[in-house]
Amino acid sequence: MPAPRTLLDKIWDDHLVCSPDGEQPLIYIDRHLVHEVTSAQAFEGLRVAGRRVRRPEATFATPDHNIPTTDRSLPIADPISKQQIDTLRANCREFGIRLFDLGDADQGIVHVIGPELGITQPGMTIVCGDSHTATHGALGALAFGIGTSEVEHVLAAQTLRQSKPKSFEVRVEGELYPGVTAKDLVLYIIGRLTTEGGAGYVIEYTGPCIRRLGMEERMTVCNMSIEAGARAGMIAPDRITFDYLRGRDLVPKDFDRAVARWETLPSDAGARYDRSQTFSGGDVVPQVTWGTNPAQVVGVDASVPDPASMTDPSDRSSAARALEYMGLKAGTPIAAIPIDRVFIGSCTNSRIEDLRAAAGVVRGHQVASRVRAMVVPGSGRVKRQAEAEGLDRVFTAAGFEWREAGCSMCLGMNPDTLAPGERCASTSNRNFEGRQGKGGRTHLVSPAMAAAAAVTGHFTDIRQWRYH
Amino acid sequence: MQPFTTLTGNVAPLDRANVDTDQIIPKQFLKRIERTGFGQFLFFDWRFLPDGSPDPAFELNQPIRQGASILLARRNFGCGSSREHAPWALADYGFRSVIAPTFADIFFNNCFQNGMVPVKLDESDVEELFRRAAAAEAAGQAYRLTVDLQSCLVHDDGGFSRSFPVDSFRRHCLLEGLDNIDLSLKHVDQITAWENAHGLAPLQGGAT
Ligand code: SF4
Repeated sequence: MPAPRTLLDKIWDDHLVCSPDGEQPLIYIDRHLVHEVTSAQAFEGLRVAGRRVRRPEATFATPDHNIPTTDRSLPIADPISKQQIDTLRANCREFGIRLFDLGDADQGIVHVIGPELGITQPGMTIVCGDSHTATHGALGALAFGIGTSEVEHVLAAQTLRQSKPKSFEVRVEGELYPGVTAKDLVLYIIGRLTTEGGAGYVIEYTGPCIRRLGMEERMTVCNMSIEAGARAGMIAPDRITFDYLRGRDLVPKDFDRAVARWETLPSDAGARYDRSQTFSGGDVVPQVTWGTNPAQVVGVDASVPDPASMTDPSDRSSAARALEYMGLKAGTPIAAIPIDRVFIGSCTNSRIEDLRAAAGVVRGHQVASRVRAMVVPGSGRVKRQAEAEGLDRVFTAAGFEWREAGCSMCLGMNPDTLAPGERCASTSNRNFEGRQGKGGRTHLVSPAMAAAAAVTGHFTDIRQWRYH
Repeated sequence: MQPFTTLTGNVAPLDRANVDTDQIIPKQFLKRIERTGFGQFLFFDWRFLPDGSPDPAFELNQPIRQGASILLARRNFGCGSSREHAPWALADYGFRSVIAPTFADIFFNNCFQNGMVPVKLDESDVEELFRRAAAAEAAGQAYRLTVDLQSCLVHDDGGFSRSFPVDSFRRHCLLEGLDNIDLSLKHVDQITAWENAHGLAPLQGGAT
C-alpha cells in the first residue's frame, strides 16, 4: 500500500514537472493572478528577452492595490498611479491576458475575486505577486505569494522553481463561542506561533473547529498564514467547499466529475506532518492587536502588556518600540483605548459575510462623533450583493462611508490613509508601522469588533453587544 | 543577473527584529514601473524626518556606516509583503548581502533573484557580529566582513569565521549569474509533457 499522504503531498506530487539533478524542482502552476503593483517589471522583462506568456488563459489580472475607491467615473488623480494602471492594461492587451479592469463589474481585490469567480479550485497550484495569496488555500489549493522575478518566470514558463516546503498541521479542536470569529481565531494562533513560527512551512488547518467554518471564514484564516511566516495555509476541501464553488463562472463544466476528483485530496488517515500543534477554539476570545506586528495581540478583555515582563530580550525591545510607536502605556485596558478611524475591508475581511456581520452590529446605532469610519467591499460583486441586501444603507445611515472595491486603507497606496498619530480599528491583516499611513496606528480586529468600536469610539467586547 | 562570488565590505548594523518590507520600502514608492531607482527610498520612514532631512538617530545615517554593503539585522528580516521592491531598494542603495538569524521566506527567495546573498547565522553568532561591529565603530572604524559564496563562509580579520547554509542550486546560479528563466526553459519538453498528461489544450500558435 502506498504511504499515506497529506493534502500538500498530493498537490505537490501532482504538479512536479521535473526534479533534475543538482537543481531545484520545477512545479507546474495552474493559476497565476496578477495585479498592477508587482507585475509591470515582470512584463517588461518578458519584452526585453523577447518572451511570451506561455499560458495566457491560466493568467488573470485585476487592478486593486493602487486605485481610488471613490467615484470610478472620475479620472485617477495621481499621474503615477494612473500610469501603473495603464501599464497593466497595456500589458494584458499585449500578452492576451484576461483583465477585470476598473469599472468592470467583477473587478476587486485579487484574493476576493479568485474564489468568487471560481478561478480558485481545489488541488490547484496558484501564485500571485502578493503575500496574501495564501487566501486561496482555503479551497484546498496550494497557493502562495512570489516576487516579481518569479512572476516573470511563471509568465514565461508556467512553472516555478520551488523546494518542497515542510508541512505543519495546525489543528483546532472544539468550537468558537458566539461573537468569536475566524479573524479572532487566526490572530490568536499567530500570537502563539509568533510572526516567524510558520517560516519554511505550509500550514494545513485541521480539526472540528476548522471544519465548522464557512468558506469565507476559512479564507480569513488562510489569508493570515503569512503573518505567522508560513508561505501558505490550506484547508482540505469538503462539502462546504464544493457547495461554495458550484455554479461559479469559471469552474469546470463537468462539475460533478471535478468534485469526485477533489474528494480524493484530503490528507489520508495516518499521513505525517513535519510538525503539529493543537489549539482549542473554546480558548479564543475576541482579539485586538496592540503592537506593530500581528503576533502582538491580546484578548479584548486584557490590557496592554508590559515589555518588562517579557523574558526574551528581542521581544522586549520590539514591544517597547511598538508601544512607543503606538502611543500606548503598558497596563492600559484594551477596552479603554479610544480610536479615531475604522476601516472595514481588505482581502482578510471584505466579503459579504464580513459585511453582514459588521452591519448587524451597526444597525440602529450611530458612529461615534469623533470617529471616521469606512467600508470598502472586496469586489464589485460583494458590493452589489451588499446593496441588494440593503447593507450599504445600514452603514451610511450610521455614518460610515461606503466605497468602491479595492485594497484601499489596508495599505494606503491610494488616497485612503491614516494621518500621523491617528488610531484605527482595522479588519485588515498588517499593523506594521506606517502600513495605513505614515505615523498611523493600526489595531487589527474582526469586522464585528471594528463595527462596535466605530459606534462606541473605543474597543468594545462584542460578546456584550446589544444588537438592535 | 550580476554574479556574486566574494564580497568584502563595511557592515551596517540595524539592531531590530521583524524588519518588514513595508519598512524597507514604504508603499508610496511602489508606484514606479521600473526596477531601478529605489535606493533613495530605502527605509524612507525611518531614514528621513518629516521635513525631508536625514534623521541623525537612524542607524544607517551614521557617517561611519556610509558606503556599507553588508546589512546586519535581527531575526525574521524581510517579513510581510512579497514586494521585490525591497531587495531592489537594498541593492540599489548598495547592499549586496544581509546577515540575520532568520529571514522571511519570500524575501529570502527574492534576494537570490537580484544578486544578493542572504546569510543565515545562529543568533549567538549574529550577536557576536553586533558586538564586533560596535567595538570597531567605538574605535572609529567601520566593521568589515567578507561574505564568500564560493566557500560559504563569513569571516573578518579578527578571527571570526562561520559557514552559512545555501541551497547548492541557488549558489550555482548566483556564482555564475545565470538567468533562471533560461535554465527552466531548458526543461520545456517536460513542461509540455506535463500539460499533455493533464489534458491542457496545446499552446496557442502550436509553439512549445
Ligand atoms: S487587501 Fe491589503 S493585504 Fe490584501 S492584497 Fe490588498 S493590500 Fe494586500
